[in-house]
Amino acid sequence: MTPLTEKQLQKMLKSPPSADLDRAVEGLLARAQRDGLIDVAYAPVDSPFGRLLVARTDRGVVRVALPNELRHRSHEEVLEELASRISPRLLEAPGKLDEERRELDDYFEGRRQKFDVPVDWALTVPGFRSRALHAVARIPYGKTKTYTEIAKAAGNPRAFRAAGTACGHNPIPLIVPCHRVVQSGGGIGNYGGGPEMKKALLDLEGAI
Amino acid sequence: MQNESLPPFQELLDEHGSDVLGYLVATVGPHDAEDVFQETFIAALRAYNGLEHASNLRSWLLTIAHNKAIDHHRARGRRAVPAGDAEEVAGTVPSSNPRPDQVIAGRDPELWRAVSALPPKQRSAVVLRYATDMSYSAIAQAMDSSEAAARRNVHEGLQKLRGEFA
Repeated sequence: MTPLTEKQLQKMLKSPPSADLDRAVEGLLARAQRDGLIDVAYAPVDSPFGRLLVARTDRGVVRVALPNELRHRSHEEVLEELASRISPRLLEAPGKLDEERRELDDYFEGRRQKFDVPVDWALTVPGFRSRALHAVARIPYGKTKTYTEIAKAAGNPRAFRAAGTACGHNPIPLIVPCHRVVQSGGGIGNYGGGPEMKKALLDLEGAI
Repeated sequence: MQNESLPPFQELLDEHGSDVLGYLVATVGPHDAEDVFQETFIAALRAYNGLEHASNLRSWLLTIAHNKAIDHHRARGRRAVPAGDAEEVAGTVPSSNPRPDQVIAGRDPELWRAVSALPPKQRSAVVLRYATDMSYSAIAQAMDSSEAAARRNVHEGLQKLRGEFA
């Protein structure tokens, strides 16, 4: 028999026996959750439009990334932004997002008109943008408002373009329903999830 | 803003979780590795927000794992023998004799048995070197020893394994 080479040793030591990483990680998540060590929990959530990424803090939902956004920005970029702007103690913990998943499922199925999960506004810039998005959050299911109306509600009726920018930077689409904001001339306007998704959501709600 | 350069903790888990578990399987045995793995990452999570820079997070995690393995052996030593036992020497990992329920299964069970039968320092050094590809200086740091001692432990451990597999 040839003597043991470093390469062989390396190969063998790198395939540890009977260690179940998935089970070890599952136990870790349960402990981290119990000890309050997860500042931001996230999970993928399936939707009729593709996979969403939903993140929450102890205060509420802080981020929803739509499938269209995840085609342009990587999953990692979204997570890195959460880590640097909120806390790096960020873990994939689907169990912490059960309620969010349930409410979103119900919404897409047409069974829910209002979200009960709380919102964490940590990623919204204070001032005009925050006032505009709070106004968006108050638009009822099945109704629409124009960018001008949102600008007015935020305190500056002439700032309709800035209202559009505020919607474009909405960190929590769907739950803060920026799809319900349309152009004054009757056009559907832009949407981070793409115009087809915006139209489909307004269709679902019977708003158009 | 603080911590701007620290990556999401999930990234550490995804990138280094299997290395940490592999190291622990070889040092505390497959039976207890999962528990010590959790101890390791809980400790890392507690300390993470206070970390000043994001350099060499892998060594940082393996150092914590090494310390948790020492804690684990000490606690087990205490349970098994009266207090004041000679095994409680700072900085060493007392050897553990695998219990029958820790029978190591896998592709190379004999090698694993031989590795877990190595003296504690040699075992830690060999595993850090070959399972996790650490440099000698990183091994020295993780084991709180000199680089020369790290080299020696790896070398002697390797010689011993070669003796058994010649």
